[in-house]
Amino acid sequence: MILDQIRRLPTWARWASFATLGILVLTLVQELGQNETSHLTAMTTSQTALKWSIPILLAGLGGLFAERAGIINIGLEGMMILGTWFGAWGAFNFGPYSGILIGIIGGAIGGLIHAIATVGFGVDHIISGVAINILGPFAARFLSSEIFTGYQGGSVTQSPRVESVDKFTMPFLAGGYDTPNFLKWLGDKDIPILSDTGNIFRGVMTQTSWATIIALLLVPLSAWILWRTRFGLRVRISGEDPWAGESQGVNVYRYKFIAVMISGGLAGFGGAFITIEMSSIYQEGGTTGRGFIGLAALIFGNWRPGGILAAALLFGFPYALQFGDFDGFASHALLLVNAIALFGVTVWAIRKSKHADAAIAFVLGALSAIWYFVADTVPDWWVKILPYVIVIVVLIFFAQRLRMPAANGQIYRRGQT
Amino acid sequence: MKNETIRRIMLALAAPFAAVVFATIASSIFLLIAGSNPFTAYGDMFEYGSRLEIQVDILNRATPLYISGVAAAIGFRMNLFNIGVEGQYRLAAIVAAYVGASVSLPGVLHVGLILLVAMLVGGAYSGVAGVLKVTRGVNEVISTIMLNAIAISGLIAWLVREWQAGGSVDATATNVGIGTEPIDESGLIPNINSWLEIFTRDIGKGKELTGVFLVAIAVGILYHILINRTRFGFDLRATGINPFSARVGGVSDKKMVLGAMVLSGVVAGLVGMAEIAKLGRFNPNFVGGLGFAGIAVALLGRNHPGGIAIGALLFAFLDTASGVLQVTGSASREIVFIMQGIILLAAVIAYEVVQRFRIREEARLASALLEGEAQ
Repeated sequence: MILDQIRRLPTWARWASFATLGILVLTLVQELGQNETSHLTAMTTSQTALKWSIPILLAGLGGLFAERAGIINIGLEGMMILGTWFGAWGAFNFGPYSGILIGIIGGAIGGLIHAIATVGFGVDHIISGVAINILGPFAARFLSSEIFTGYQGGSVTQSPRVESVDKFTMPFLAGGYDTPNFLKWLGDKDIPILSDTGNIFRGVMTQTSWATIIALLLVPLSAWILWRTRFGLRVRISGEDPWAGESQGVNVYRYKFIAVMISGGLAGFGGAFITIEMSSIYQEGGTTGRGFIGLAALIFGNWRPGGILAAALLFGFPYALQFGDFDGFASHALLLVNAIALFGVTVWAIRKSKHADAAIAFVLGALSAIWYFVADTVPDWWVKILPYVIVIVVLIFFAQRLRMPAANGQIYRRGQT
Repeated sequence: MKNETIRRIMLALAAPFAAVVFATIASSIFLLIAGSNPFTAYGDMFEYGSRLEIQVDILNRATPLYISGVAAAIGFRMNLFNIGVEGQYRLAAIVAAYVGASVSLPGVLHVGLILLVAMLVGGAYSGVAGVLKVTRGVNEVISTIMLNAIAISGLIAWLVREWQAGGSVDATATNVGIGTEPIDESGLIPNINSWLEIFTRDIGKGKELTGVFLVAIAVGILYHILINRTRFGFDLRATGINPFSARVGGVSDKKMVLGAMVLSGVVAGLVGMAEIAKLGRFNPNFVGGLGFAGIAVALLGRNHPGGIAIGALLFAFLDTASGVLQVTGSASREIVFIMQGIILLAAVIAYEVVQRFRIREEARLASALLEGEAQ
């Protein structure tokens, strides 16, 4: 079967195959439907999808560092909120680049609190995380009332407008720096799969913020740090078997502390990204639960950087589709994509003799397909909740196949078993 | 023996007391940095909070907080984290408001039906997370967070338009006048001002003490009985303390997870009832955030029925009494958010420290006894 062969390929080729498969399905759906759904693979869609994926990706990477060190970080949302506030404050006073840096520091403060509670005092990770999720918005509210209300255009719930960082367009491929625009040429040709691919890549390479590029580079960087450096090895032993680590002379507390602060910093980066790159202002409730989605991306990505990126793109896509999809046809076509994916899961489950999984996937897929054929559009609320539904459906099938760090969530006290 | 009891109570109170003191000091520092006088601010709040009418407001605020706290505590008791109270109570409120408005029944039955519907909807929605956990191994923290988002930005956004009084409206309509059909007078839980006025002077300024206050008390008593006096409660606590030995003892953890999850949702369904009794309908401005506040209150009260009540009253006092700060201008009212956040975090840490102290103490006592026997 194709999937088994894909699994044997090297990593880069495997991901490329999955991406191709995804584009193939998106093109196929466009050919099948009666409505105009080129929005699915339009350049603006991939551009927006990438942007919407970044905060989820950063929150997910944040979760990765904490959970690889054995600390569950459900407080990502609260740290992200601190990031949105500090990002806005920094960007307003010192410019967008400093804004991102200050946002990272804001999130890291949240991480420090979580580390003090969980590592220092041994508080249950979920309880501490929930407390930080409650503290984060409260702190932002207080700070706004003290500081933003004094600014022109600021209030208790929002900051003045802030600038975003510079943009980059790829030369030769997407026509940056007045070079030829190869992908535009390809996209205009209207060749079924090739042009769609061209549009998608043109979207992610055109007017891409440097913050986005840095965030994407953090994926291989995280992988390298965690799996190729001495520091990473020590972080991971703290999450897999802290007692063994301690017996080898690793200061487990220290690595857990650092990892959770990195975790908070990455979530803060995600928050600052929302403020500086997406909404251009700090808005109360502006994270809209993306810290939690990042946590879901971490789980779906099986606690690995590449998986988290894939999950973030998957969850970011339906968000992006809402924009510019005025007739709702593209979001409607997504039902067919869902159905195809679920039927794919059905086939996979039958081959693995998982009959319950196959039955559930088939029923869900059939429902999705029926909805696609009886309705012409989908209501706007369906599009809004789609990322959350995808998270649940994905977990229904794969929750038991995932492997988290062995000592994740356990309260570790030095010298005690 | 008596000394021992006093000592135990003192130890139990030490943590929350330390947390409140710490939070007060920390907030005072924040106030000083912001250029306000903390003593004036606290003085204003206490003076304002000592008025009867404001105390009624505090009880009205504490009522849903308490119910929400109990809902969260039921799960916490067995290390099951129902983060989904927020979505459960809002969904329950809109369905209950719709059903309540579409029937006309005599008083008690009407109120009973609305409460029943709310509990059923809350329980069913939290049950989804329970089923996902026991059949598919989906972590309840993630699933309830997702179900929150699905309920709030999906189901409720849809239902509130679908059930709009006088026909549905389109998405762009303003919020004014939006809401479900009003519920008949017979379906609204009456206020219990007359009960309170037995002890106090007449309540002025048109303030009403919500009748749901009595529901909250009933919930608290039932929660106490359930946890401490029933087989289910025993199994629940046993699973929370040590799931493995509980399983060896014949407790089906799947049943317990499902049972605790559904029960938590059933209680969560009642959270919105005070607001429904006040408004007589569900509208898009329906009170939010009670689910998360309830988690805070449950953590503060250590999942103990009395502790949750103290936590709910404390948070309700801060929420309500801070209103005066806007009038007197002695500090920004948002300082209470900081206070609540710090109290919560400090309490959680203090409990852990006291707990560890207690274990050490017991170990020392035991070894002292053993040594005594050896001699």
